[in-house]
Amino acid sequence: MTETPEETKPEPAAQASEAKSAQPAKPAKPAAADAEVSRRGFFSWAAVAWVGFTAAAGGCLTAWGRFMFPNVLYEPPTSFKVGPPSDFAPDAVDERFVESNGVFIVNDQGQLYALIAICTHLGCPPNWLEAQNKFKCPCHGSGYYRNGINFEGPTPRPLERAAISIDPDDGQVLVDKAQKFLWERGQWDDPSSFLTA
Amino acid sequence: MEAIKSIINFLSYPEWSFTLSLILFGLAMWSKALWTKAGGWIMLILITVFFGLSLFDPNFFVVVAKPDNVPIVMMIYIIGFFWWYAMYKAHQNDRRIEAGEPTFEKSESEDRIFTWPDLVFSEFICMVLLTVGMVLWSILLKAPLEEPANTSVAPNPSKAPWYFLGLQEMLVYFDPWMAGVVLPGLIIVGLMAIPYIDTNKKGNGYYTFKERKTEIVLFLFGFVILWSELIVIGTFLRGPNWNFFGPYEYWDINKVEPLVNVDLSEIIWIKILGVGLPGHWFVREIFGLLFTAFYFLVLPVLLIKNKFIDGFYQKMGPTRYYVGMFLFLTMMLMPIKMYLRWFLNLKYFVHIQEFFLNL
Ligand code: FES
Repeated sequence: MTETPEETKPEPAAQASEAKSAQPAKPAKPAAADAEVSRRGFFSWAAVAWVGFTAAAGGCLTAWGRFMFPNVLYEPPTSFKVGPPSDFAPDAVDERFVESNGVFIVNDQGQLYALIAICTHLGCPPNWLEAQNKFKCPCHGSGYYRNGINFEGPTPRPLERAAISIDPDDGQVLVDKAQKFLWERGQWDDPSSFLTA
Repeated sequence: MEAIKSIINFLSYPEWSFTLSLILFGLAMWSKALWTKAGGWIMLILITVFFGLSLFDPNFFVVVAKPDNVPIVMMIYIIGFFWWYAMYKAHQNDRRIEAGEPTFEKSESEDRIFTWPDLVFSEFICMVLLTVGMVLWSILLKAPLEEPANTSVAPNPSKAPWYFLGLQEMLVYFDPWMAGVVLPGLIIVGLMAIPYIDTNKKGNGYYTFKERKTEIVLFLFGFVILWSELIVIGTFLRGPNWNFFGPYEYWDINKVEPLVNVDLSEIIWIKILGVGLPGHWFVREIFGLLFTAFYFLVLPVLLIKNKFIDGFYQKMGPTRYYVGMFLFLTMMLMPIKMYLRWFLNLKYFVHIQEFFLNL
């Protein structure tokens, strides 16, 4: 703030001093006129340059700082609540959380579990086909039973389960995708891979 | 009309259409009449009549007229033309060589022409025509853009770019590691290796079929059948859920196609021997491993005396012969696995999920 008067003032002064020094030098070479910059004029120009440089550097720094926070869509949290267990009808596949969180909530034979909606062949998102009672991948045609076990197409292993539990505070079903349970490793017997409905 | 359509629909199911195309391919390579001007015209007219008539069918029209798929129709014509042209020249040259006359290329290279204007001028004309074509194409057929991407929703069917549809078809029959990395890598390496493996000096600088029959038939089998035909199949005949659809069939998302498939180990241990699967992977997969060893180690030796490749071992020497054989047998895994899948529902020969190793 205090700099601004200093910043504006030197300009006319500098012009005046230039004009003054230019007049007598007119008959002589113009180059000589440029050389005769007064001490005061030099410092006022230096101040302008310095302020300009600081502003430019500050601008760059701000832009750089903004660059650190890009316009991204953050991934939904890996752990989320899907509502009370009573929401899930028996022997049904719930597709409400596929688009937002990428899991199918399956209620099958008295067990409630979360199947991660990623094909274990090459990672496409499979669809649930109610009429045929199976998951089917649109990319190379892998098919899975309702419980996630693969039975057709090229995929070598079943779908993966996410950890599932009941939140002790409000009794809602809590799904945690950070923890996965693989059938071929025998992890589907793990009590945190399903809920008994 | 409907009867014809349903026959064509039935015949275009992979087990029949692929068998049919193998037979036709064999006939084509054997035939001489096809590679004459008359033969070429007849093929062109047949294909065009087929497409022309089929366009009246709404289901066919929807698929073929998609902006994505128009280039594939063009590809069919272009591959057909160049295949015919090369074979036409080759057969003519063969006749000339037999009669003791100089080949086309020999007599042509006697008289020389100038780069400018002869070559550059025709290049320029081609460039202009191509540019006009591209501009018209981009105006008439809109780019097939879709809604913004969402990682948890995929279009159904999800198709790779057209030039990768052959690879995508391969992924239906193989483990992703094999079909996505090993086999494509071998295709590239194998193509690069051809000049080092193929020691037949005949046919350098001129078209000929007689002097390198085996080489040409093998290459065309890989290119026309395994690469191009699979692209065509992937484009026109693969519908929702990657199910198979005949050309006049409606793409019904709910079409049921039972495709339950099993591993070789299950077929042998459970179905044939009637005992359960052994616990240890090595015992479990022993038959698949034995088959693989037989296929890659013993079969090349057995094939040395085969009529089709007789004399190749002597000409090429053991190393070249084996490398060439290995590449050839790897290529043949594709049709072999396709047939086993269609008729025996076989999934993998070797399925060692413990090491993510599946064949
Ligand atoms: S990614 Fe699902 S079948 Fe290949």
